[in-house]
Amino acid sequence: MSVLVIAEHDNSEIKAATLNTITAARQIDGDVHLLVAGANMDGAMQAASQIHGIAKVLKADAPELGHHLAENIALVIVELATNYTHILAPASTFGKNVMPRAAALLDTQQISDISAVVDADTFERPVYAGNAVATVKSSDAIKLITVRGTTFDPVKAEGGQPEVEDVAPKGDAGLSSFVGLEASESDRPELTSADIVVSGGRGVGSAENFAIIEKLADKIGAAVGASRAAVDAGYVPNDYQVGQTGKVVAPDLYIAIGISGAIQHLAGMKDSKVIVAINKDEDAPIFQIADYGLVADLFEAVPELESKL
Amino acid sequence: MKILVPIKRVVDYNVKVRVKADNSGIELANVKMSVNPFDEIAIEEAVRLKEAGKATEVIAVSIGPEKAQEQLRTAMAIGADRAILVQTDAPIDLGGVEPLAVAKTLKALVDKESPDLVIMGKQSIDDDSNQTGQMLSALLGWAQGTFASKLELGDGNLKVTREVDGGLETLELKTPAIITTDLRLNEPRYAKLPDIMKAKKKELEVLAAEDLGVDYTPRLSIVKVEEPPTRQGGGKVADVDELIDKLKNEAKVLS
Repeated sequence: MSVLVIAEHDNSEIKAATLNTITAARQIDGDVHLLVAGANMDGAMQAASQIHGIAKVLKADAPELGHHLAENIALVIVELATNYTHILAPASTFGKNVMPRAAALLDTQQISDISAVVDADTFERPVYAGNAVATVKSSDAIKLITVRGTTFDPVKAEGGQPEVEDVAPKGDAGLSSFVGLEASESDRPELTSADIVVSGGRGVGSAENFAIIEKLADKIGAAVGASRAAVDAGYVPNDYQVGQTGKVVAPDLYIAIGISGAIQHLAGMKDSKVIVAINKDEDAPIFQIADYGLVADLFEAVPELESKL
Repeated sequence: MKILVPIKRVVDYNVKVRVKADNSGIELANVKMSVNPFDEIAIEEAVRLKEAGKATEVIAVSIGPEKAQEQLRTAMAIGADRAILVQTDAPIDLGGVEPLAVAKTLKALVDKESPDLVIMGKQSIDDDSNQTGQMLSALLGWAQGTFASKLELGDGNLKVTREVDGGLETLELKTPAIITTDLRLNEPRYAKLPDIMKAKKKELEVLAAEDLGVDYTPRLSIVKVEEPPTRQGGGKVADVDELIDKLKNEAKVLS
């Protein structure tokens, strides 16, 4: 039997988390297929047909799939499901939106956000904001799973020669329609796959002050993140949020600036290889998990750090 | 317009949880319990729609132990008109009532109450699954607007702005529909004492889980629950120069 991975893409390119999800799939079974569902997706198909480690790319190309509406994509997944023992997607806002809908239609209890594959039925997943790790064993015939990308290495984006097969579209469920996307434009690396992340918190104080965080990030080629407090205060857009309910990151270097370190934030970054904390409050909980803590006024320390790097 | 708001009793978000000594789950004895924070946002949104004259009735529902009545009273203190508890002694965090079973229970309540809209939290902070709203909309064949940061109600449809990885996405949904809340949808109010007193007199119906005909046998068995590996932190540097030196020469993460 085979494993199906649902590709996350924007019709022009495949998102990096898809490659990590394929690695998780390969730990379950070597025969991995990739579903690319969208519209006008030459770019995404071009990229998909070169991915290493997959045997087949299933192409579902139809206008109603163009905006990746859960109601429509779930129908395609359900149609394909009986050919597979496992169906995996990244635990991104895309996968979190689509997969449970397909799971319910298949009467399957989804396993969310797995961080390890123990065997074909058994998986580890963080619960309680990462304060515990549960090992769960599924008794469902078809297992639907979302994958925490940071705990699986990506497969190579190139070098593969999967065969490509067309999948008949299932039509428009007629329940929802796309109105618009207010995209955050940035030339910086993607937050969840960046080698370095520089994050700011409430201590940064204002949207204007956040410029010093961004300046440091740009100097060292880092992505920019934020704590919930900074997003709630309107310093930065929602998609900067790192934490239990935002994005999960595990870069080589995470620099937390003006972030106190609530458990909900730690849940999203504590697997980073090296953690630096800069905060003027020496009792801030972030220092307990930081490899290098600097007790200092961020408005002095951050520009100094930026100028000396 | 009638709005159904499912809520969950969870460990308070400020509590540092501990794994049970026998690795079977999380220690819940004598731990402060609260309304799941995302569900509180859902109640607030529904109550605001009622206050704006767009909704006529807000019904809070929950699945859990007898004590989950406390959380339903909180929902009614915020402004829900009445409440329904589907009582069960099965665990509701891990190894008991799972999201699919919750969605099936909620479907039975939707069939009974015929709401025009269901607003619920996007995830509960115990199990962190983020599934129930999507599953409920699948079972009902309704549209889903997940991770909502803004709602605009029209006639027979609604516009929802969603927090997605690339920014903010706006969808138009046919109603009835399911909305799951994200953090920025609103800031829930603190219930005032007179409202807390008033909530004690509101109707709270208790149903037995068995009466709704939903099977709570778990599909996922808990093999074990463990503490995550602890991180050895606490290192300090004196100044920016020492920090740069350590990052370059000790951690070797900067060149």
